[in-house]
Amino acid sequence: MSQLQENAKPLLSVRGLTLDIPLASGTLHAVRGIDFDLHKGETLCIVGESGSGKSLTSLAIMGLLEKNIRRSAQTLDFDGVDLIGASKRQMRTLRGNRIAMIFQEPMTSLNPAYTIGDQLVEALRLHRKVSNEEARARAVELLEKVGITAAASRLGQYPHQLSGGLRQRVVIAMALMCEPELIIADEPTTALDVTIQAQILSLLVDLTKEMDVAMILITHDLGVVARVADKVGVMYAGALVETGPASEVFGAPMHPYTRGLLHCIPQPGKTKRGEKLGTIPGIVPSLIGEVQGCAFRTRCPHVVEACRGEIPERGTPPHEFLCVHADGARAAEGEPA
Amino acid sequence: MALQPTIDPLLEEISGPTPRQILRKRVRGHMGLLFGLGVVLLLVVVAILAPVLAPHDPYLQDLGNRMVKPIFMGGTWEHPLGTDHLGRDYLSRLIYGARVSLLIGGVAALISGVIGTAMGVAAGFFGGKVDAVVTFLINVRLAMPVVLVALAVVAIMGGSLQVVIGVLGLLLWDRFAVVMRASTLQVRQREYVSAAQAIGASTPRVILSEIMPNIVNNLIVIVTLEMAHAILLEAALSFLGLGVQPPTPSWGLMVSEGKNMMLFEPWLVLIPGVVLFVLVLAINLMGDGLRDVTAPESRS
Amino acid sequence: MLPFILKRLGLAALVAFTVSFISFSLLFLSGDPAAALAGETASGEDIEAIRRLYGFDRPMLVQYGEWLFQALRGDFGESYYFKLPVASLIADRLSVTMTLGVCGITFALLTAVPLGVVAAIRPNSIIDRIALFLSVAGQAMPSFWFGLILIVLFGIKLRWLPPSGASTWQHFIMPTIVLGYYAMPAIMRLTRAGMLEVLNSDYIRTARAKGAGEGRVLFKHALRNAIIPVVSLAAVQMGFMLGGSIVVESVFALHGAGYLAWESIARNDLPTVQALILIFSMFYIIFTFLADVLNAWLDPRMRSS
Repeated sequence: MSQLQENAKPLLSVRGLTLDIPLASGTLHAVRGIDFDLHKGETLCIVGESGSGKSLTSLAIMGLLEKNIRRSAQTLDFDGVDLIGASKRQMRTLRGNRIAMIFQEPMTSLNPAYTIGDQLVEALRLHRKVSNEEARARAVELLEKVGITAAASRLGQYPHQLSGGLRQRVVIAMALMCEPELIIADEPTTALDVTIQAQILSLLVDLTKEMDVAMILITHDLGVVARVADKVGVMYAGALVETGPASEVFGAPMHPYTRGLLHCIPQPGKTKRGEKLGTIPGIVPSLIGEVQGCAFRTRCPHVVEACRGEIPERGTPPHEFLCVHADGARAAEGEPA
Repeated sequence: MALQPTIDPLLEEISGPTPRQILRKRVRGHMGLLFGLGVVLLLVVVAILAPVLAPHDPYLQDLGNRMVKPIFMGGTWEHPLGTDHLGRDYLSRLIYGARVSLLIGGVAALISGVIGTAMGVAAGFFGGKVDAVVTFLINVRLAMPVVLVALAVVAIMGGSLQVVIGVLGLLLWDRFAVVMRASTLQVRQREYVSAAQAIGASTPRVILSEIMPNIVNNLIVIVTLEMAHAILLEAALSFLGLGVQPPTPSWGLMVSEGKNMMLFEPWLVLIPGVVLFVLVLAINLMGDGLRDVTAPESRS
Repeated sequence: MLPFILKRLGLAALVAFTVSFISFSLLFLSGDPAAALAGETASGEDIEAIRRLYGFDRPMLVQYGEWLFQALRGDFGESYYFKLPVASLIADRLSVTMTLGVCGITFALLTAVPLGVVAAIRPNSIIDRIALFLSVAGQAMPSFWFGLILIVLFGIKLRWLPPSGASTWQHFIMPTIVLGYYAMPAIMRLTRAGMLEVLNSDYIRTARAKGAGEGRVLFKHALRNAIIPVVSLAAVQMGFMLGGSIVVESVFALHGAGYLAWESIARNDLPTVQALILIFSMFYIIFTFLADVLNAWLDPRMRSS
């Protein structure tokens, strides 16, 4: 599918997105010039450790960053709309309407003072001229779609009366109210019980496929990525160090960090029984002040002097990565180049 | 091939300042705290050195020199802030008045602090029935109108310094009890308290060496705020004529005495009021500042 | 919600009962109310006569029981000074105090809530600083002094407002400002803190992500949640303010219940003082009870539990 669409105009195009946070101790370069494209109906998974800039990237697309964060980009284009130059009003007509967002914390992301029904109805009526009754009918329809039984009676309930899993279903239904073209889901299952995580995730993935909605799924769970992603972006310390179709990134990970990550989880057919899982020693560097060269060099087993300088972009589209080694040091690890 | 990781600027570890250094830096950067602390210290020194600093006897009447204007209204340096309706030197009365305000504020806050802290810590630590009783007593205390009850008691028992201090001390413990109860509840659930109990520490020992050190910051903040409260209340009682009795120099009393002449000599009311306002403001800023520097996360 | 209300009602009744006992027994602090009433020049026989006349010779608990029983029927005895039933005396004066209290809390809310909201939306802005200054100054301002300054300025120098009395609505302007300013700082701080906390919450981000405009985010989503604790604080402050009206009423010579309390205390009019302490306490108890109920009603999390 993505092969076909590679030539078509992407739904979302990001080039050189940079986010700087001025702090008392210097400027924090939280996101440093990332590029990616997302086509209609595609699922892009962005993976990385906490603090790597995944959530900020998603908020930057929504235009919901804290006021003190400086956003810049060569291109931040959603279906022909320049999100950098868009007015507040333009952004409002996109948000919740054509781009919806699902947050991590279902326990706190619904307003405790209003009923589920009020909040679902609001999501639709902010963008569509429909009556309250029509909006409620739509809400019931979607609540049923996300697997909530007795949907009509749920409308009068308050968020605190629902469990975490149910609330996240409500949040998903709310995101779908206006039939958006893009859903950004920021770790939508992290805060849920392990047993419910899988359910909610499959629900989300099934619905986006069924409704042909593109999705940016932010997660640090590689197992999830392997199951649902069309495309994968690996973030490390504010940079997208490797992007590509999921099968290629998992099949032939090029960046040393990506390989490090994949060694941390058991892989069917690759990890032998009893074999120790990998770890990546060291800690993520501080991004305060001038950041030069590859940020992974302090933890990379293949570090060379050149890692301090400009890092070239390698690989061929759609599978690209950032490394001084032409093969991402695959050969040095005994992998086929 | 591998680089020395220690020389890589990315890995340079920030050696953090010690807690004491952080505190010192916060105190230095907090204008409100510095101002409050400065004014309060100044007034404490003035109160202690009153006999040395006061140019005249605050009780000495000079009916030939009544209501002399202060220096900024064309008076003389003989009476820099003028004289009152009985010809007493206003500056000297203000200086001695600082003693009354600080003494009443300080001792009343101390008394109510002891009562309130004991009740609050007991309620927070023991919970159950003790907590229920203390919470009930706090409710009862809050329901009683402070000014009214204080006025009535002073009227019945006479307006001496001891009575005013005693009444305020017995009335202002509510905030201590509320805050100390909440703080104790919070601290009691920490692991180190369970740990101390697990190794067999006695209850008084757990309270004194595990609970108290961790709630003392909050206690100091409430002491300052209640001190300001007590000073304002004393002034109000004295203003209404049922607090400190004349001829004792109390700022509230001075406002009350100046009230009848305020049409012609507004400074008689203005000066003691401003001093009272500045002292209470300084104590409040000090209290708020202490809260900011010791627990910045609880700032509201 | 009904069990909650009943429980709070029971607690309120118990508090009221305890307060009634304390306020009654307060007046026995001097040891001998008869002596206090008779004055310093009275002879031993005079005191003895007064003691029998007012029933001070009986055990205190008996006196209390009788007083409480009468009070429950609305009979607080007769004022020593005015020689009138205390209940009607207070009833006459209460409307002034209630008017003042309502005006005061309204003034406080109308200034504190908008200031607190704007201060929270724009932290560290000029308005935030002004709001902070006003609240810090308000907490340190002796209200009797503030009242006198207003009288000198607006009543005497500028002659904009009548300096004292209660005959027209203009008479209530300065007392309202003084009493309202007393309650303003706490309400302002709570509004600001509540708004700041709510504005940082996830559901506000959700509302923005839905495409809600800034006004809708602030007023429909944020203020609705931030205002819940403010409402109950306002009710509690109202209770405090009625008790504090004694200072303001005496400064402005407003002849309300607070002024009556001051007069009665100065004149050793025990029955009136006892009744007023009890009535002001009852106001506080009723207002805090209403605050709890209102709070529970406004907050769906409490309403359904």
